[in-house]
Amino acid sequence: MKAVSVQPQTETRERSTSKNYWKEAKKSLRKHWQLYLLVIPPVLFFILFKYLPMANAVLAFKNYQVTKGIWGSPWVGTKYFDMLFNNPQFWTLIKNTLFLSLYQLAATFPIPIILALLLNEVRSLRFKKAVQLITYAPFFISTVVMVSIIMIFLAPRLGLLNVILNAMGMESTNFLGDPTKFRSVYVWSEVWQTTGYSCVIYLAALAGVDPSLYEAAKVDGASRLQKIIHVDIPGILPAAVIILILSVGNIMSLGFEKVYLMQNPLNLQSSEIISTYVYKIGLLNANYSFATAVGLFNSVINLILLVAVNAVSRRISENSLW
Amino acid sequence: MAVIQTTGSISPRRKIRESAGDRVFLSITYVLLSLILVAVLYPLIYIVSSSISSPQAVASGKVWLWPVDISFAGYKTVFSNDQILVGYGNSLFYTCCGTLISVILTVAIAYPLSKKTFFGRNVLMMFITFTFLFSGGLIPTYLVVKGLHLIDTRWALLLPNAIFVFQVIIARTFFKASIPEELNDAAEIDGCSDIRFLLSVVIPLSKPILAVLTLVYAVAQWNAFFDALIYLKSQHLYPLQLTLRSILIQNFSGGNMDASEQVKRQELAYLMKYSLIVVASLPVLILYPFIQRYFVQGMLIGSIKG
Repeated sequence: MKAVSVQPQTETRERSTSKNYWKEAKKSLRKHWQLYLLVIPPVLFFILFKYLPMANAVLAFKNYQVTKGIWGSPWVGTKYFDMLFNNPQFWTLIKNTLFLSLYQLAATFPIPIILALLLNEVRSLRFKKAVQLITYAPFFISTVVMVSIIMIFLAPRLGLLNVILNAMGMESTNFLGDPTKFRSVYVWSEVWQTTGYSCVIYLAALAGVDPSLYEAAKVDGASRLQKIIHVDIPGILPAAVIILILSVGNIMSLGFEKVYLMQNPLNLQSSEIISTYVYKIGLLNANYSFATAVGLFNSVINLILLVAVNAVSRRISENSLW
Repeated sequence: MAVIQTTGSISPRRKIRESAGDRVFLSITYVLLSLILVAVLYPLIYIVSSSISSPQAVASGKVWLWPVDISFAGYKTVFSNDQILVGYGNSLFYTCCGTLISVILTVAIAYPLSKKTFFGRNVLMMFITFTFLFSGGLIPTYLVVKGLHLIDTRWALLLPNAIFVFQVIIARTFFKASIPEELNDAAEIDGCSDIRFLLSVVIPLSKPILAVLTLVYAVAQWNAFFDALIYLKSQHLYPLQLTLRSILIQNFSGGNMDASEQVKRQELAYLMKYSLIVVASLPVLILYPFIQRYFVQGMLIGSIKG
């Protein structure tokens, strides 16, 4: 994940004087003209499907009229943002998005770390491999299949969980039809699906811990728990910080698919989040400008969060994305 | 697993002999890991077992762990449903073509970016990574796809998400680390062009990264659902995931069945869900050992600061 950084070190050399700069450019172009041709299709992809949409986001400040196109439609200033902030549903959307996201973070951030620390203690390589192979597997289940598995297991009548609850003398619960249970169902199924996947990065970090630290811990008579606290955890901290930065930066951009598929009229009260709202307003109701404004608001918040968390992290721990 | 009894009392000996404390700790570790293992594995086994049980056994909740009254009625229903078969064919098509396009485009940008003598690579890298941080949003992207007249065509699933920024970074890191500059210099002296060097030297040396890219893109394409939901209208273009949604989640069973056998039909529809889940996950399941290995490898390359 660290690889997101762009190295600035060569830049300073290249920019020493502007004359050298152009000379180098020309030389490189002549030498690598084939590579410059090669780069055109992917660059075109980024322009068409990434940058053009960014430009199209001006739609948020315009009243979209199909006949006039995006650029010909009249400007309306911040009308749609005013509409958004004055919308009584706005705060529910923010609250639902944030609560779900933070709940998810609180569960899916520490649990893979714990799994990695536990796995690191196992001495039987076979057992370790088996646990890894099996816990990793659910990650590859598609969202549609995942949601149907959830529905099968939580079904009010035949669902396994309710059968078990009944056997224990408790009443059946309609887990998916209850707004208070929606978040837990979402988050804990996410834990089931992604823990094995997320723990790989920490296992790699643990494998990279300097063996002499373990030797030293042993000489000092550290117990296993002490070794975890004083050697393992500092060893995985940089990776954990990077993952945390990325997760916080993505707090407002929860996956649309799973939430949308799990939605039903009964749980909408807590399951309507920004991205599902944008989809409904924009594509189902064809209210393009308003939906663009909501989406833009969301993207900007995300960017601010990411930059802020990164800056804080760089100051306090020297771990950062760039 | 040999597990020492650990409940409640931590032996006072711990303070004297540390190895005892460690042994307790280790047993707790094994117990926890075994519990996790069961928690992950059980739902998977349950689904597979149900899928090969009889409709009656599944509908009356008789299946707990192993199949009851083994029957393949569920699979028969799945494979006699045209909608599913069309979706399956479409998904295979999207996965093959989409993966090919994605891998080619990713290598085409990642390889030049890995070369120190490629002028402008830092600017280009920023140009790409910025899209990782900020996006125009759903509607603006939809309007671009619409403007290109790709709505309701197969291209709509192949192009708009063809390149993953993270995969570009991984591929670039790999090329940087494993293609020595000297090799390129030698080839240059022999009059080998950049393209030829890429095709006849770099690609054969980069099989691991190509495997990573292929599997990542293939799994993503096979499981993709959102793009099809927003861009496709015609049912004959639907990928499997969209068909799955209507059958598994919206409870819409496509085939026409005899209405007189209402109960049997319901049982079968219920059983079919299990079989369908297995069938839909089959390609990924078969490739899983490779997928697991190369996904882990990709992640490890990605975590090196390159």
